[in-house]
Amino acid sequence: MTEFLQHLVNGLSVGTIYALIALGYTMVYGVLKLINFAHGDVYMVGAFSGLYLARGLGVDEHPSLWKALVVFVGSMVICGALGVIIERFAYRPLRQRPRLTALITAIGVSFLLEYGFQLPPAIGSSVPFPPGPTPRFFPEPFPRVDFEPFGVHVSNYDMVSLATAVALMFALQFVVYRTRFGTAMRAVSFDAGVAGLMGINVNRVIAWTFALGSGLAAAAALLVAGSRPTINPLMGLLPGIKAFVAAVFGGIGNVPGAMVGGLVLGLAEEFVAGYALSSYRDGIAFAMLILVLLVRPAGLFGRVRAEKV
Amino acid sequence: MDTLKLAGRSLLPFLVALPVLWIAEGSLADSKSAQIILMAAGINVILAVSLNVVNGFTGQFSIGHAGFMAVGAYTAAKIIVATRGLQLVGLPPAVSDQVLFFLALLAGMITAAGAGLLVGMPSLRLRGDYLAIVTLGFNEIIRVIIENTPFLGQATGISGLPRRTTLVWVGMGVVATLVMARRLVGSTHGRALLAIREDEVAAEAMGVDTVGYKVRAFVISSAFAGLAGGLLVHLIQLCTPRSFTFVKSIEVVVMVVLGGMGSVTGSVVSALVLSFALEGLREAQQYRMVLYSILLIVLMLTRPTGIFGTREIWDMLPRLKRRRAEGGAQ
Repeated sequence: MTEFLQHLVNGLSVGTIYALIALGYTMVYGVLKLINFAHGDVYMVGAFSGLYLARGLGVDEHPSLWKALVVFVGSMVICGALGVIIERFAYRPLRQRPRLTALITAIGVSFLLEYGFQLPPAIGSSVPFPPGPTPRFFPEPFPRVDFEPFGVHVSNYDMVSLATAVALMFALQFVVYRTRFGTAMRAVSFDAGVAGLMGINVNRVIAWTFALGSGLAAAAALLVAGSRPTINPLMGLLPGIKAFVAAVFGGIGNVPGAMVGGLVLGLAEEFVAGYALSSYRDGIAFAMLILVLLVRPAGLFGRVRAEKV
Repeated sequence: MDTLKLAGRSLLPFLVALPVLWIAEGSLADSKSAQIILMAAGINVILAVSLNVVNGFTGQFSIGHAGFMAVGAYTAAKIIVATRGLQLVGLPPAVSDQVLFFLALLAGMITAAGAGLLVGMPSLRLRGDYLAIVTLGFNEIIRVIIENTPFLGQATGISGLPRRTTLVWVGMGVVATLVMARRLVGSTHGRALLAIREDEVAAEAMGVDTVGYKVRAFVISSAFAGLAGGLLVHLIQLCTPRSFTFVKSIEVVVMVVLGGMGSVTGSVVSALVLSFALEGLREAQQYRMVLYSILLIVLMLTRPTGIFGTREIWDMLPRLKRRRAEGGAQ
């Protein structure tokens, strides 16, 4: 029973992270019909910008809560800006082209971030950037406290991260379904052409969607960096792909679907790896993906649309 | 008479290539490094042209080519290891080794084709980006399975393979791939593939069995990926899952995209150019991938269909084109 609860806790904490990243995928897919392959790498950039911000503020020597908050919000803003830049220069020029063209560009952007960050630091700059391939440790903003209710191992980091993730998801839910911007976003995702005719600035809506999704990815990265403190330039690869699986599972383009998909994937991974096949952890997501696409290609909450010639 | 002509057309390239390759190998006998570079380039040509059958002709975006390579490579490597010291009855040892190598490569092609069928049957009902993700997932699943199977040597792989790959073997592989691709495009089957690329829904409406043709293209393409895998591991004498990652798949995709989606000669040229250019950049591995990604982005922004598009090289030279057109008119 204790083991079961432990897996449940771990699964939930991994699942919320997947859900946060999946939200970025699903929103971008909703408005652009594009798999933003670089999303996992934006997540990685989030972790590194957090690291640089934390160093700049001296979190190592004098940790404090407000510094943690500045690091958190700061890297969300940096990643949001990065998302907008990527959209502006890599995806917008290709919007009228076949979707595969944009997909290949997205792969290119993803590789550029991954391998660009692995380059040795530029000579002469005071901040060692790019960081290079060696893993870095993320400083702890506040002391770690462990609890053991019912024999289940939980730390205050887990609780803060869970609470933050849930709060961010509710905030997003509010933005998408209760604000003018959210209405515009849903209109663009329904039909960009008609939305433009109705006076919605489509370009601006898409740019903000990228900013929002990338910010959430940065938040996810910092929540992960808190509990598993090593970060490296390739850290975004697997979580990125898994989060995409989560988004497809819930029906891509569907915001609540991404949350459910993330949680289901996190729990499935944790339980299968915990009870049966620990070394197959990374394969589970793909097996799940293939199953979902075979049984319900539109995802759990998705609707099948007829294709027009 | 017709069958004779047909057989001649298929066999002629091999008969011409064989002596040329023998001479090339003989003249390069002292320069091991030149041979290795040529062989590596040839393997890349096989990979690029075979992926072009799916990505270029059929217009389906597959990014799991390295997975099929791995299947073929491991099959061939296991067979070579298992038959070590074995000599076929009535054949001298050198010939027996070559025959066994041929059989191992063939087996690799067959298992890779089987894997292609297994993946293709369900997933080719999907379109566009979904297919890309599933093939990527398949590539990763293959890697996870290899890393967890003691029989396949897990992460360390199979080492100490004999170096059986020679310039002649790679050259024949290249010729086989090119003949396959050229003859495929001209056939009914190839026309169906091109129709699917141009408009899948319309092709379906015209009575083309889209799923069936896509699966067949996928199977053919994976078979040749398996051949390339078998050649590769017997060149580097080592078979590890690290040679068959997502990055390898992307390298092949870049070759296809650069050369032009749907152009066989384009794929050949870009595979050769990239292989030789990257050989020069071997010192700076990290910069190499950065250059790759920038190349991919710039190319997509400026020439989304690749350098050659769907044209072959002879379509671009006006004189040759005119001559072909006149020949057709007569």
